[in-house]
Amino acid sequence: MNVIVIIATFICVVGLSTIFSLLYRGVDRKLVAHMQGRVGPPVVQPFRDVRKLLMKENIIPDGAISWLFTAAPFICLITSALLLFYIPLFGQEALLGGYGDAILVIYLLILPSLALVLAGFASSSPYATVGAQREMVIMMSYELPLAITVVSLAWRIGRVADNPFMFSTIAESPIWSLVGPLGTIGSLILLFALLVVTTGEAGKVPFDIAEAETEIAGGLLVEYSGRNLCLFYLADIIKTFALASLVVALFIPYNLSPLVGIGAPVLAGIVDGLFFLVKAFAVMLISISVIRTAVARFKISQASWVYIIAMTLISLFGLILLSVDLMVS
Amino acid sequence: MKAFKRALWVYHLNTGSCNGCDIEILAVLTPRYDVERFGIMLVGSPRHADVLLVTGPVVKQMVPRVKRIYEQTPDPKLVVVVGSCGIEGGVFYESYSLAGPVDQIIPVDVYVPGCPPRPEAIIEAVVKAWVKLEKAEQGVR
Repeated sequence: MNVIVIIATFICVVGLSTIFSLLYRGVDRKLVAHMQGRVGPPVVQPFRDVRKLLMKENIIPDGAISWLFTAAPFICLITSALLLFYIPLFGQEALLGGYGDAILVIYLLILPSLALVLAGFASSSPYATVGAQREMVIMMSYELPLAITVVSLAWRIGRVADNPFMFSTIAESPIWSLVGPLGTIGSLILLFALLVVTTGEAGKVPFDIAEAETEIAGGLLVEYSGRNLCLFYLADIIKTFALASLVVALFIPYNLSPLVGIGAPVLAGIVDGLFFLVKAFAVMLISISVIRTAVARFKISQASWVYIIAMTLISLFGLILLSVDLMVS
Repeated sequence: MKAFKRALWVYHLNTGSCNGCDIEILAVLTPRYDVERFGIMLVGSPRHADVLLVTGPVVKQMVPRVKRIYEQTPDPKLVVVVGSCGIEGGVFYESYSLAGPVDQIIPVDVYVPGCPPRPEAIIEAVVKAWVKLEKAEQGVR
């Protein structure tokens, strides 16, 4: 393969994912509006917002560290887009799947949040500083349950296959085909923990304490406007999409085409791609739309407790069930 | 250019209002009126806003703040005054603590009379604002 084809593939993947993640955000807003008894904006609303934000003036406040203030949105968007290369999308193998595994993805997930923290501290607004501190707290809180979930999954798969952290291995031997009844319950518990982690990682209600519009006026992003705000908006949307794909890749790595018996590569690719979109939509529906409508925002201490204590214990319980299942069978 | 059509972010600025107009602005967000279906969103920071919704007569303490918030809003921007107080003082007319109606402090584009105005009137004002923004945008080009 020559370089141009590779670059074209990369651009294609990022472009497609961006379009679909923007559509998903539109669907999410529409669904939430319907759940609240409102009509809601049309599905294309995020595209309109992005177009409008690009038209606006880009202000850099006097007190801000201007190079860091300008660089942070780019870092955030680029690291979010980087996730798309390592996570399997549209039912295909990940583009750089041979070079990175689930562990790398966990590390990469920290980077957009770090960029947000940098942005918050660089903008020299007290609101943004408070937001940045909250973002750091929540970031440190969800790491532990996330790591436990991924590691216990890989540990169980590692009993039957080599390289258990590779997404291709996880896709070849899905967790549900390995475990007995107890292990199935354990895996379901792990899936639940991962879904809750997804909500916090995407920074959505009830874990959107860092950006809380109603109390700290947009938090981290309070000083951002125009193009920079648009970059953060896109980064947030892409990261949400990547997180949903991560859950899909870890827990529901099935493809539809072998089941219905479609052999032709192009047709199978389209069917798998559509099936992937359905799976990712299901994940987003549960961990973002429904939770967002059902509950109100936590305090930062409560959110931290939910992750460090509750979710960690729950995912450890899932791990114990998995190992008991291994001993029984 | 129709960039602002159906994607208008609104910042609510209270310059000493009695809270009547503010409640009407919140009513605009409720399921009954639901402005989000037009893409109008209430944002928490003037940096994100396209339109400033100003309620209340400007009290003396608020003058530098109102000017500063106006400066903080990125261009192109519009100011909508909601309620009689912001237009000519309303029930606080010629009060000792007033620095005058809003349009003596910052340029105003759309006025919404009423004490308080109906939510429909506020929605119509915001729609007028985006028509004006688009006209301004065409004038530049």
